[in-house]
Amino acid sequence: MSESQIVTVDGNEAVAYVAYRINEVCAIYPITPSSAMAEWADQWATEGVNNIWGNIPAIMEMQSEGGAAGAVHGALQTGALTTTFTASQGLLLMLPNMYKIAGELTATVFHVAARSLAAQGLSIFGDHGDVMAVRDTGFALLGSSSVQEAHDMALIAQAATLAARVPFLHFFDGFRTSHEVNKIELLSDAQIRAMIDNDNVRAHRERGLSPDHPFIRGTAQNPDVYFQARETVNPFYERTPAIVQQTMDSFAEITGRHYRLFEYTGAQDAEKVIVIMASATETVKQTVLALLQQGEKVGVVHVRLYLPFAQAAFLDALPASARAVAVLDRCKSPGATGEPLLHDVVMTLSEAFSDGRRGSLPKITGGRYGLSSKEFTPAMVKGIFDELGRVRPKQRFTIGIQDDVSNTSLAYDPGFSIEPDNVIAALFYGLGADGTVGANKNTIKIIGELPGFYAQGYFVYDSKKSGSQTVSHLRFGSEPIHAPYLVQKAQFIGCHQFNFLFKTDILAQAAKASVFLLNSPYSADEVWARLPRYVQERIIEKRLSFYVIDAASVARDTGMGGRVNTILQTCFFALSGVLPKAQAIAKIKAAIKKTYSKKGEEIVLKNYAAVDQTLAHLYQVKVPLQASGTVTMPPIVPAQAPAFVQEVTARMMAGQGDELAVSQLPVDGTYPSGTTAWEKRNVSEFVPEWKPELCIQCGNCSYVCPHSVIRARFYHQSALDTAPAAFKSAPISARGFPETRYTLQIYLEDCTGCNLCVTVCPALSLKQSGVKAINMKAREPLMATEKENIAFFETLPVNDRARVDFSSVRGAQFLEPLFEFSGACAGCGETPYIKLVSQLFGDRLIVANATGCSSIYGGNLPTTPWTKNQQGRGPAWSNSLFEDNAEFGLGFRLTADKHRALAMQLAREFEPELGADFIAQMLTAPQKTEVQILRQRERVAELKALLLQLDSESARDLLSVADHLVRRSIWLIGGDGWAYDIGSGGLDHILASGRDVNVLVLDTEVYSNTGGQMSKATPLGAVAKFAAGGKSVAKKDIALQAISYGNVYVARVAMGANPQQTLLALREAEAYPGPSLILAYSHCIAHGIPMQNGLKQQDLASASGYWPLIRYNPMLRQSDKNPFVLDSPRPRIAFKDYAYNELRYKMLQRTHPDEAGHLMDLAQQVVKQKWDVYEHMATWTGSHFHPDAAVTFTE
Amino acid sequence: MDLSSHYLGLELKNPIIASASPLSETLSGIKLLEDSGAGAIVMFSLFEEQIRRENEAFDFLLDSGTESFAESLSYFPSIDRAPKGPEQYLNLIGKAVAATDIPIIGSLNGITNTGWIDYAKQIQEAGAHALELNIYFIPTAIEMLATEVEQRYFDILKAVKDSVSIPVAIKLSPFFSAIGNMVKRLDEAGVDGVVLFNRFYQPDFDLNLLQVDPHASLSSPEEIRLPLLWIAVLYGRIKASLAASRGVDSATEVVKYLLAGADVVMVASVLMKKGPQHLKILLADLEQWLTARDYSSLTEVRGVMSRHNAANPGAYERVNYIKVLESFDSTLAERG
Repeated sequence: MSESQIVTVDGNEAVAYVAYRINEVCAIYPITPSSAMAEWADQWATEGVNNIWGNIPAIMEMQSEGGAAGAVHGALQTGALTTTFTASQGLLLMLPNMYKIAGELTATVFHVAARSLAAQGLSIFGDHGDVMAVRDTGFALLGSSSVQEAHDMALIAQAATLAARVPFLHFFDGFRTSHEVNKIELLSDAQIRAMIDNDNVRAHRERGLSPDHPFIRGTAQNPDVYFQARETVNPFYERTPAIVQQTMDSFAEITGRHYRLFEYTGAQDAEKVIVIMASATETVKQTVLALLQQGEKVGVVHVRLYLPFAQAAFLDALPASARAVAVLDRCKSPGATGEPLLHDVVMTLSEAFSDGRRGSLPKITGGRYGLSSKEFTPAMVKGIFDELGRVRPKQRFTIGIQDDVSNTSLAYDPGFSIEPDNVIAALFYGLGADGTVGANKNTIKIIGELPGFYAQGYFVYDSKKSGSQTVSHLRFGSEPIHAPYLVQKAQFIGCHQFNFLFKTDILAQAAKASVFLLNSPYSADEVWARLPRYVQERIIEKRLSFYVIDAASVARDTGMGGRVNTILQTCFFALSGVLPKAQAIAKIKAAIKKTYSKKGEEIVLKNYAAVDQTLAHLYQVKVPLQASGTVTMPPIVPAQAPAFVQEVTARMMAGQGDELAVSQLPVDGTYPSGTTAWEKRNVSEFVPEWKPELCIQCGNCSYVCPHSVIRARFYHQSALDTAPAAFKSAPISARGFPETRYTLQIYLEDCTGCNLCVTVCPALSLKQSGVKAINMKAREPLMATEKENIAFFETLPVNDRARVDFSSVRGAQFLEPLFEFSGACAGCGETPYIKLVSQLFGDRLIVANATGCSSIYGGNLPTTPWTKNQQGRGPAWSNSLFEDNAEFGLGFRLTADKHRALAMQLAREFEPELGADFIAQMLTAPQKTEVQILRQRERVAELKALLLQLDSESARDLLSVADHLVRRSIWLIGGDGWAYDIGSGGLDHILASGRDVNVLVLDTEVYSNTGGQMSKATPLGAVAKFAAGGKSVAKKDIALQAISYGNVYVARVAMGANPQQTLLALREAEAYPGPSLILAYSHCIAHGIPMQNGLKQQDLASASGYWPLIRYNPMLRQSDKNPFVLDSPRPRIAFKDYAYNELRYKMLQRTHPDEAGHLMDLAQQVVKQKWDVYEHMATWTGSHFHPDAAVTFTE
Repeated sequence: MDLSSHYLGLELKNPIIASASPLSETLSGIKLLEDSGAGAIVMFSLFEEQIRRENEAFDFLLDSGTESFAESLSYFPSIDRAPKGPEQYLNLIGKAVAATDIPIIGSLNGITNTGWIDYAKQIQEAGAHALELNIYFIPTAIEMLATEVEQRYFDILKAVKDSVSIPVAIKLSPFFSAIGNMVKRLDEAGVDGVVLFNRFYQPDFDLNLLQVDPHASLSSPEEIRLPLLWIAVLYGRIKASLAASRGVDSATEVVKYLLAGADVVMVASVLMKKGPQHLKILLADLEQWLTARDYSSLTEVRGVMSRHNAANPGAYERVNYIKVLESFDSTLAERG
């Protein structure tokens, strides 16, 4: 046994490390939480890391998981050692190939970070719904319970599959294991090499397709032989468990780490036993060990190889003394008699009992736990054992929730804890990207890599992309840490943002006499009075040692700028007691030297100074005997919020969603619109302030605001009679509006401080350089007056849509946005387009939204931004999947057309009763302009009122579809990952359908939501994940593809380059009665730009000719005009003058300078050639475009 | 015609040096300058501050938005975070020295003592024949005394001279109360050459945006007056080489600088405007001017009109000053 290298890694890296080393081909596609495995593989390939065969595996990103599975299948069938990584919906897309791969007895391992499946809602978090969906494919299922085990099982699975010829799915819990950082023994290349039998590898190769010894595989079979052929594989499955156990035994000889197919822990005479898989096993094991100390007769069977289910090995593992067995599944099979593992256990035990191998049959119950990473704690385990001790335990149960509908849930004592005394647990509350998580990962490495120390880290993020809270759960101890659940009692709590005290119960998990560190702008003397009363009470009641540091001022004084991570990390080292203080400080300084020495001695010394000054400015607060605070936590939502928001949404917002009972949640995933309005997040310290005297009322700021924070209204001046004194207004600058005032109201509590509004404001002060009509100011001093102003602003009437000029940016500001206050990144480049769609068409809009950023900021609970107007109308929104959004949206159109036709048909039947003229007018009235639509709404309202008076079946029928007589606006929204890659086929199909759907592609040129992986929209020369060496192929031009159909409206827009053209294109697309495609340049945080420059970059993209603004309007062909309009002037800057403002291009200059230059030259050529094509097209006559593809009207 | 000249102890085939500009950012650009006849090339400047800021921006942009949302904990492939140093610059110097037969002069703009010393050493190690220090300091703190400002220059010169053995020139701004004395003291402190003058940062205002516009403009022939004066004044009175910089548009300015006493003449703006090949025209015109007046070498020309050689040195500055005013007035009168 060779000495192992100790490393601190997360589960994804641990698994990818092994998979990369054994395989020759990895076909990949990003999906949370497995993406990092593929990213690691790509990273190592780019760095030239070899596998154990002495070469670099081929890493191939595909267009979908379906594509990845196809490529895997192909590579396997031609004899390469091949793997893939996936989760959830991705695994479902692989199913067809998995049946084939297994049916052909092909050795491979798919590594899966197990994740929930989208059902009533999508979830990125962990359970076994995906894994259990593959049970019938013929893949073996091998589960891992920890980071170390996932590392080891990745190798065991690979060795076993080569020997058994049965393909393996190796799974571990998404996030809980994939993202947990822990200390492991790393397998050496020699150990990995020793586990892989060369004969098996050669045999695998030999089975591959080859023209030198040809055969065919993949025949079509008939009733005569299919069945028998299906049964031929049985011996392979029968042999597999023994092969896995032998492989585990060989592994033990090589590494010293022993594993069994089923591993029992507990009393030899246990009466109550839990059977369970994956990470929760560790929780049960630790609880069992604790209960054994208390004399309980309990045990746990840890299932590693779930399929093929080795019945004999299971029976060997389960003590005969067991009287009651609870089988726990982390998934749900609605309508079934139980979940999968339960079925296998029941089958095994009942067969053993019936054929006499077992003398008795224990009571067997089945429980569900931990869906979507729901916490599974020792307290819950204790609750289950308690239940098993009852005379009649519940036959089917849930644990960890309160099921007051079906009464499945078990009660348990949440106070039960087994956190050992020799472990120091710590909780840190930080703001996303404030360095807290990074510093904690660093701390784990520093401490975890000391001999005799172990460390674990797990990080919880909230549901918003801007201003999000992070909670770091860290444990340190002298024994390996097996605690795959959140910290229950912390000896150290660090709150890195003072205002969190007013949002979250930071001290709920504080153990008695623990340490509380607060990053506070207030001194030790002053801070107490500033604390909310509940915090004071908790500090006193729990006898906490309370320390404060003003990290910002220490950072400023030591030249660290805004970086407070080292300072707060130093506080932890100094106060936590994990290491003696002197040693701790020495360690942190050593780590600083290691990290920063490349940056020069000066930076090292600056960081040392920060450490020393931290210690000098870290003060203990003298805690009074009694709480005296008058500051209270503000209510989560205001009292006027609807009941559902009060009772459900607010609880989720407060971090108490776990306590909601089943009965409180909608049965079918339907939630009310417009809940972000109730969540005042106050995430930015700086917000815009309006100067009415300078403002030219152009509407630019409101147009570009990603969070709909800037609202404009005009109103009669008399409305100001009741206005608050500080309410701002100006005479409206448009002609024809006498006695009319204009107000631009900033919803400062919803602002993310992105600065885009200031950037686009053209109105400058003539008295003070740099002052505009809108400027960023500190939020706090503005709060009181502006809240009062907002309240008054909301009493002003919403501007009549019939009086607003829809055709100008200036006019559009008065249209009420029905998409507001989303959780998108500060400065998001996508949301301004979505907001504009909601302003223009919101009250008759249905949105099909592909999975991605827009479905997350658009639909992630607790609060969602799609809202409704005062009439109760607004966008109806839904997300189906990532891959099917075009088809999903087309379905909306099919219904709309069908029900409109039905309404027309039924309406005609009412001609005798309601008048032929009335009906005819309703059915033929034009609905192009807002006024026409308003008139039609009035007609439909009148119709409905009349129908209500007619008590007949046909009247009720017509009533059910009458709303369809007002034209619906159907929009299919998604990102480039959807439109260019995974949904490309569907999108192409619906564009060819001739149906009236509007497609808005928010093109960030990268998979933004999963963290910046390359798509086919990624430009030549840009760096992305999976294109670390720079993308070498130019972006696909789907505009030209769509134009080639002739009857598709196509526009390429960039709000920052020409907002007016964007507005025009959206309106033309919507008015066009066939399919429309709009490609919208969406700057993104994944471009590596300061986000306030986003619109400027859009302008430069267009100015360079890289993003030419175009409109192809088939309507123009009717008058034989050229339907293709090039809205951009000729390129006036070089491509590099746009590109090199962005890190995605600049990065390659640093990593591969020669290649960067080469790709930049190519990219410039592509820009020029494309421009020439467009310019040429712009000179054509209408007859150049598909004479046979005339506009199709679908009515 | 013998155009050979000496600058910083280096032998030059002619006195026209391509000074720091984007033209020397690539090896092909450097070769083109040589082929067009440059006597030597001052590389584009290595800006310590720029390197530092780029590294900071790089780190900032790499970290933006990370560790905030569970699905996207980062947005870029992880790369070696080691800050980028001047490797590319040094690499280019090495290649330029190998690929050309003319002196290659490194140009450095530091902001810290470490930066000045480390980068100077590295430029020498990369093979540069000499080093030009481009000290770019605007004493906007009005409490700062002139002596303190001057001391910075001496400190930097000493630090660099102590760490390298190649010749060192300083490119100066004209904004010293006693520029002559300043040059004299730098000379005494061991500087090998002074370049008069740099085109000091002088921001413009953008009247549309009412903002400060930091963009530099290209120089024009009117700008030669100040360097011309001081070269004429300093010629023959210091050991260090004198390089003239600013305002060269044609051979006329080259000749004027040489007559004032410049050892070499730096050109950049005109090459930016007309291309590196314009060097050929400058040299041909220079040669023609000399030939037409029967000069056989530059030695005969250099310093002819300097203060040192003027018949009445005491009246030199005053007379010139009055002449300038008169000519300026007459221009106004013509326009009026």
